[in-house]
Amino acid sequence: MNAFLGWIEERIPLMRVANMHALQYPAPKNMNFWYVFGFLATIVLVNQIVTGIWLTMNFVPSSEGAFASVEYIMREIDYGWIIRYMHSTGASAFFIVVYLHMFRGMIYGSYQKPRELLWVFGMFIYLALMAEAFMGYVLPWGQMSYWGAQVIVSLFGAIPVVGPDLVIWLQGDYVISGATLNRFFALHVIALPLVIVILVFLHIIALHEVGSNNPDGIAIKHKKGSLPESEKTKYEIHEYYTSKYDIADDVLPFFPHIVLKDLVAFCVFLALFTYVLFFAPEMGGKFLEHPNFEIANPLKTPEHIFPVWYFTPFYAILKAVPDKLFGVLAMFGAIAALFALPWVDRGRVKSWRYRCGLHKVNLIVFAIVFVFLGYLGGTPQENWKIIASQIATVMYFGFFIALFLYSKNENTKPVPERISK
Amino acid sequence: MSNVSVDATESAHNENQPENNTRRRFLTVATSVVGGVGVVGAAVPFIASWNPSAKAKAAGADVEVDISGIEPGQLVRVMWRSKPVWIVRRTPEILEELGTHEDKLKDPNSEAEQQPTFAQNRFRSMKEEYLILVGICTHLGCSPQHLKDGAFEEVVEGVPDGFFCPCHGSKFDMAGRVFQNVPAPLNLVVPPYQFVDDNTVIIGSEAEVA
Repeated sequence: MNAFLGWIEERIPLMRVANMHALQYPAPKNMNFWYVFGFLATIVLVNQIVTGIWLTMNFVPSSEGAFASVEYIMREIDYGWIIRYMHSTGASAFFIVVYLHMFRGMIYGSYQKPRELLWVFGMFIYLALMAEAFMGYVLPWGQMSYWGAQVIVSLFGAIPVVGPDLVIWLQGDYVISGATLNRFFALHVIALPLVIVILVFLHIIALHEVGSNNPDGIAIKHKKGSLPESEKTKYEIHEYYTSKYDIADDVLPFFPHIVLKDLVAFCVFLALFTYVLFFAPEMGGKFLEHPNFEIANPLKTPEHIFPVWYFTPFYAILKAVPDKLFGVLAMFGAIAALFALPWVDRGRVKSWRYRCGLHKVNLIVFAIVFVFLGYLGGTPQENWKIIASQIATVMYFGFFIALFLYSKNENTKPVPERISK
Repeated sequence: MSNVSVDATESAHNENQPENNTRRRFLTVATSVVGGVGVVGAAVPFIASWNPSAKAKAAGADVEVDISGIEPGQLVRVMWRSKPVWIVRRTPEILEELGTHEDKLKDPNSEAEQQPTFAQNRFRSMKEEYLILVGICTHLGCSPQHLKDGAFEEVVEGVPDGFFCPCHGSKFDMAGRVFQNVPAPLNLVVPPYQFVDDNTVIIGSEAEVA
């Protein structure tokens, strides 16, 4: 057996990679439950890819056949319904874990130096995920597929000069049509999944290069030769890390210690996921909207057009601005602001545990505003909601402005030097 | 022997170095530029294939309509991009009506972008006489009925002509403007069109602004 492994190792660095990235990867030992969502996102990604491949086997990507083929999958393929619901529930689950994963990064300052690129790669994953989810939602060719696509594609029409031509180019027709459906299918099943998998790979490589952050925001890597032998970790850590740094007695090997913790979270996640899967796959019209059970009809606009819940915060920002072009700019600006977070925050202390009280309030208000915007964007328009969404939009951007201002000269608490001390 | 050869290469190296560098830079830049042109060229089919196909273009093509045969007050229907388009020849009496009920309309000045800019007027048309509309209710896509010569009075008092949607009761006047307190949120859509001459209209494109 060892001889066989040795034979392989001489030809491809199997154990070296396994040791470097799992068995001997130094993970801070104070990682709490907030640190499970990256693992869960990976699990959901695998779920989406596997169920997606199976759905492709019976889906017909044409405006004539798409809706009927989804019904066929649901009603006539053995276990087709469970595969489709795993895929549709997985899409919503993906955004739930990704939003929590992002908020974790925000409260513990995981985007700060030296993790800027790690954060940017993560944001690109989020962006690709939004495009992937949007195009996937068009494929069943229901009413909300069609009209949602109509609304989103027409956003590009707001761009001055080239807008209208760009819309026709994106649609491949003068209206959303079978041509649009077919290209969205190609992007949804091949192009974007490839992009996402590559970005996830880069995200993890970048993570392992700079090292995992932790709830205290304390570095576990110290300058070579700065730690006495007694304060270095007793675990065997890969020499890739130990040759450059002294690794403090603040770490555990990722496998099995961190993975075991992640598996507990996985069980909890599975319990929730399967509950939705079996008892509420439509989630009261939030995960699968009711108008989508009716085939796309270009002559009949649904009474209310909403994107799926995970887009609604940005949709609310779009609707809050009375001008179409500025609305579109505000919506994309809301995402761009997140990209810029590592440079907006000028603070040196990472974790909110040791930052000023204002920072904690700012983060919590931001989270509430984000959820509130999601509510506003996902429910029928009423008069009070217009002004409410305008206030919430200002507060959304206010988070970044306030952070930029107070982070320069912030009253922070003393940060401990070591996690264990 | 070996000394000689080393000297030879060294001297050759020294003599040629500056010249070689310029040449090398030129060749690198030239190759990159030519390669870049190749990439742009190769991208053309991939980008252009996203344009509407010949079939889609044919289905979405402009429609030319001869309007010389339309009687005053008559409505004719043509299909454009698989939607019904109405052409109504309005009489002077109908045009006069339009000014009388504007207080009952949701958007009398056509502020919502439901028409090309040339039609943002009371008559919502290029030539007052001819009303051209996409005949699909802005509520849920039914096709409203043309009620004329007083028949519309039953729906809106004091307005003899208009369009009434039988599905959910939305009402529009003879310029396609929506009345208040009906489910339709917006005025009817005016498609882009242009007159080639007095008797011919092309639906689907606007005249280029000179």
